[in-house]
Amino acid sequence: MTGHAPTSAESADAADGAAIPAPVPVLSDADVARVIDRIAHQIIENTAKSGFDIALLGIPTRGVPLAQRLAARIALFADTTVPVGSLDITLYRDDLRLRGVRPLGDTVEPEGGITGRTVVLVDDVLFSGRTIRAALDALKDLGRPRAVQLAVLVDRGHRELPIRADYVGKNLPTATAQNVRVRLTEIDGVDCVELEAAE
Amino acid sequence: MKNLLSAADLDRDEATAILDTAARMHAIQGREVKKLPPLRGRTIVNLFFEDSTRTRSSFEIAGKWLSADVINVSAKGSSVSKGESLRDTALTVAAMGVDALVVRHNASGAVQRIAGWVGCRVVNAGDGTHEHPTQALLDAYTLRNRLGDLEGRHVVIVGDITHSRVARSNVILLNTLGARVTLVAPPTLMPSGVASWTCETSWDLDATLSGKEFGDVDAVMMLRVQRERMSGGYFATEREYAINYGLSPQRLDLLAEHAPVLHPGPMNRGLEISSVAADSARSVVLDQVQAGVAVRMAVLYRLLAGAAEEEVLSV
Repeated sequence: MTGHAPTSAESADAADGAAIPAPVPVLSDADVARVIDRIAHQIIENTAKSGFDIALLGIPTRGVPLAQRLAARIALFADTTVPVGSLDITLYRDDLRLRGVRPLGDTVEPEGGITGRTVVLVDDVLFSGRTIRAALDALKDLGRPRAVQLAVLVDRGHRELPIRADYVGKNLPTATAQNVRVRLTEIDGVDCVELEAAE
Repeated sequence: MKNLLSAADLDRDEATAILDTAARMHAIQGREVKKLPPLRGRTIVNLFFEDSTRTRSSFEIAGKWLSADVINVSAKGSSVSKGESLRDTALTVAAMGVDALVVRHNASGAVQRIAGWVGCRVVNAGDGTHEHPTQALLDAYTLRNRLGDLEGRHVVIVGDITHSRVARSNVILLNTLGARVTLVAPPTLMPSGVASWTCETSWDLDATLSGKEFGDVDAVMMLRVQRERMSGGYFATEREYAINYGLSPQRLDLLAEHAPVLHPGPMNRGLEISSVAADSARSVVLDQVQAGVAVRMAVLYRLLAGAAEEEVLSV
């Protein structure tokens, strides 16, 4: 979809064993803004014919500000208000029992609910696909959307389930041992995406 | 957190985590589908050696909304009445492969003993006149919803302190959360060891409610006069008690505008609380009942949803 990151994965791998290498920048703050603008345009293109009968549902933590930004850009480009909500998936995870107890995030239904609408799930990184599977389960307890789509800032591959994104900000080839670190101003004070070697 | 036996088991972080989780759980009460999946496949037994409607059904609903299988065992008509010991009853139930026991017993300390015998999680749903930690949590939750942060708040608890497990758990938890507590009761209903509790005590309800004695009051909790635990002699007549310690309409007017009135229920209208107070806009009695389900969901979630420490080690 977009240009691939040429050497980040390899260089991080090569440094294995040495001191922890510096994180490799993937998206700058300007890149993040452009990517969000593009996804907003794509969502408009796809949903205009349904009269924008959509709702954006951010997955906490960083999916929520992303969904809000997308809604703001859609409002600007298409002059239409799109309801935004958040969907905490903690209770639906398939690995709840594997770790200590987790705190819960907020679930806020978008104004007008989700039943009969096209719901766009928004998350920062798409990896194994397990979060999205949990989100689909969580959605069914909230209502029955007409269709569900997925928007992610970064798709880093390594899917463990048959799940794909409808809107991808950046396809990023990674090694499983690497971490994709997304920072957003609302939470981290700065917009950027970096690839770092795992400890 | 392995068990919840006493409000003292909770430090400020854990108590706050439970209340925050409860706030999220509370939201599902407004949903069409009131079911969440995290305790699927877990089995919870409500083991009640003492009658209870609201606590038992509240725990039952909480467990079911989290998708656990909940079984109620009441002492009446069970093996207890056939002479089985407490230990044997607890071990027998636990041996059926349950993940948690929610226990109420009329003897103080019985739940702590059971926790020492069984391998599963144990939640204290009230033991004698000792503790009732989930009631304290739901009171704290209700207060937090009305007042915001409880740091520095002043809560007055009035009534039969001697026989109240609610009062003891509340004093402990409210202190943990940074609030001040004043207990008000006639001398006969003030427990003998109360000097060692971290709270003020008074015999004068009017002076306390008006703030003359210990400063402005942010909330008042009326306790039930537990007729079933009294063999008489604690006060001359019910009428005298109502006059001296009941929350009359006049006393309600002494309270600040923002101060809610709590009661753990069931209420004795006309004795410890007047109908005017019980039905006023400041009464949060039904909020407390709603909070009870959310708080118990939070407790069960935090006890049962994650991996146990021993399981983490063996993985």
